[in-house]
Amino acid sequence: MKVVVDTIAPPDWGLDFSGAAHGSLPLRAAGLPRRVRVPLLQHTGRNAVPLITVGDRVSTGQPIGAIPEHSLGARVHAPVSGQVTDIAPGPLSGRNRSVPCITIESDGQDERWAGYHGHERPLSLATPALRRAIIEAGIVGLGGATFPAGVKLNRGSGVGTLILNGVECEPHINCDDALLRTDPASVLAGAQIMLRILEAGECIVALKQSGAAALTAMREAIAALDDDRFRIALLPDIYPTGGEAQLIQLLTGQELPAGGLPWDSGAICQNVGTAAAVARFLATGEPLISRIVTVTGGGVTEPVNLLARIGTPVADLIDAAGGYAGEPAALIMGGPMMGVPLADDSLPLTKAMNCLYVPSADELTPAAAEQPCIRCGDCATVCPANLMPQLLLEAGRTQDFGRLRELGLPDCIECGCCDYVCPSHIPMTGQFADGKQRLYEIAFEKRRGERAARRFAARNERLDGQGDAAAGQASLHDVSNAAAARDELSALLARAGATGTPQQRSKNDPENET
Amino acid sequence: MSRRRAPHWAGGNSVPLVMQRTLLALLPVLLCMVVFLGPGILLNASALLIFCLGFEAIALQFRGRPVTPALFDGSAAITALLIALALPPLTPWWVTLTAALFAILLAKHVYGGLGQNVFNPAMVGYVTVLIAFPAEVADWPAITGAGDWSSTNATLGFFLTGALPADAVDALTGATPLDDIKTQLGQMRTMTEITARDGFGALAGRGWGWINVAALAGGLWLIRKRVITWHAPGAMLATLAGLYFMFYAIEPATNPSPVLGLLSGGTMVGAFFIVTDPVSGAASNTGRLIFGAGTGALVFGMRSWGAYPDGIAFAILFMNMLAPLIDRYTVPRVYGHRKRP
Repeated sequence: MKVVVDTIAPPDWGLDFSGAAHGSLPLRAAGLPRRVRVPLLQHTGRNAVPLITVGDRVSTGQPIGAIPEHSLGARVHAPVSGQVTDIAPGPLSGRNRSVPCITIESDGQDERWAGYHGHERPLSLATPALRRAIIEAGIVGLGGATFPAGVKLNRGSGVGTLILNGVECEPHINCDDALLRTDPASVLAGAQIMLRILEAGECIVALKQSGAAALTAMREAIAALDDDRFRIALLPDIYPTGGEAQLIQLLTGQELPAGGLPWDSGAICQNVGTAAAVARFLATGEPLISRIVTVTGGGVTEPVNLLARIGTPVADLIDAAGGYAGEPAALIMGGPMMGVPLADDSLPLTKAMNCLYVPSADELTPAAAEQPCIRCGDCATVCPANLMPQLLLEAGRTQDFGRLRELGLPDCIECGCCDYVCPSHIPMTGQFADGKQRLYEIAFEKRRGERAARRFAARNERLDGQGDAAAGQASLHDVSNAAAARDELSALLARAGATGTPQQRSKNDPENET
Repeated sequence: MSRRRAPHWAGGNSVPLVMQRTLLALLPVLLCMVVFLGPGILLNASALLIFCLGFEAIALQFRGRPVTPALFDGSAAITALLIALALPPLTPWWVTLTAALFAILLAKHVYGGLGQNVFNPAMVGYVTVLIAFPAEVADWPAITGAGDWSSTNATLGFFLTGALPADAVDALTGATPLDDIKTQLGQMRTMTEITARDGFGALAGRGWGWINVAALAGGLWLIRKRVITWHAPGAMLATLAGLYFMFYAIEPATNPSPVLGLLSGGTMVGAFFIVTDPVSGAASNTGRLIFGAGTGALVFGMRSWGAYPDGIAFAILFMNMLAPLIDRYTVPRVYGHRKRP
């Protein structure tokens, strides 16, 4: 079978990092950790509810956290077998907050839980069973956004294209490349399951131009599968072409509508690691208890991709990469453009951690004094969301939230391109992130106020007993309630986006791979 | 360990680098003017550098800002150099002082310093002295070949006292080609007659063609280095060329050719170094197209029907006034939105 490979032209935004390509790193399995700490929030949504208590024995793959009722969330599973020694709030890697964490002392046996089992022919299962399986397995977007994959696949109708995101455009991040090189068949098997759930007719596997080995492997795997729904798109090494919204735009010409939902553009984006996790669960019954993480930077002796259990302490990952090479300048979860600094190496690996970037001192930009904006517009040139950061900065200085919303601040994806090119060294991205949060809060307060006003009006009507007026108001309510249902979901997703991991930006649910 | 927020890398650009590159790109045109117009240009440039940096330091001190990094960010030096390129080589020192004072103190720091000025400081400084000292800044030496360095002493004398020895007056004062065209057309001469006169070369005014080509070269280098974008200069030159062509095609006897128009006066310096000023110009690329086109149209109008031979400075200041309005209506459509903000 001839595999179609489209080369995508470079966009007129973003940063050309083709010179900073760091090549492929080997993939190794990290050892079984002696102790894991598993946060109950590793996904967009609410904390999982613990299913076990301190002292319980758990097996590998056993559910230990359940999705809270009527909420967005994902299951959490025991990454190792052993004894639960602690359930207590602890810091969450990459987020400035504390969440309940379950600590498990491994017994070294890695004894599998018997509750899940694999299927020989997963594609013979009915769509609802497949969807339920993905939800059971606790699978979230592994590009860093951690949106529950089952929820995103829940919109069957109207999605014609599945995009498999293997672009990881930030320099240094290499986990998807490692997966694509070593196990493209699993990625495709997962994609076939997703295609079946979505009833979508085509799947575009998005790869980056510099990953020659991944391209070869994927091309051979598609040819072997002989499924003509698959084709490959090669993206230029420009950051952030791997952002969900940007990738959809480059591949389909469609934009995700502002304030809309991920499936509104007719294409759904899933990370290649997510697809492989789906395939693994359906074939073997192993839920999401491990992931590939790139451990790299001048601060580690031997940069490497590690297949590691969720909950493994960062220190163990560093050891598996040959240990620190001198004094690390920072521990960054994610890449150099969007990564979040970690406080220390006792924090655990989470489903969101695609990369652990440990720079040496000379890799980081030295802190430079901020200078006045000269409105050169370099920031606007590189902005993938087509914003004008220099105008946002002006409006932000005067706290003009109306103007900020008008200029599209909520559409900022916090990619950091503007900071990167700014000759005045103005740290805009951080300010924009804070501004988005504030805009969200303002909107939330406004909605709450409106609801209170509606309730008050309804109460007055009841007390007055004015028949005609009440009837008129009631029909008005019906209309607004129908619209409110959709608003509610948008708001929920927007909130998830606004407070989620930093990789997960705008667009409610970006399977961002940047 | 560093706990700074992302991004953790930066591209290495800086305001001083932008300004240094702009200064570097101005060197060819400066050298060209010195060659053709004599040492007066250098004298003015030196004086303006001292005055502008002095006022910058005073203003920063007065505003309670740290003096050292800002003083040498290069912005005041660019202002000084641009005024020096606009002023005739024969200019008394108090004229340059006034220009520097209005440019740096009033146009720049009164509005809040670098990045905050509404008007291009250099153009404010130049226009102020153009209006306040019409006699002192009207005369340009006629270019006969390379600059007349034999009258260096006379130039220095004029710089210090504002008076010329009688024997030097004819050699050092005259009119620019643009001036000449305006005057001669007013006397019912044809373009063919005018360009056959002494001050004109094959394509443009003698020397002025080279001066404009030098500015063009510097500007193209700036575009290549991504210090400026092509939008504003491209739109200005295209508009100017289009208008010159339109009138020239209708009546070549009384209208300069597009080539003569583009290579005269401050056209190229204006297009690549003044219209491109990011602070006082339009922000978006669409806005820059409008800003540039507007400038081009105004320059043509002022050259053709105005009182001054060259209209760059007035055109720029007028467009500076419009820039906020242009910005208001040219913010590009944001990703995922149907309409512009």
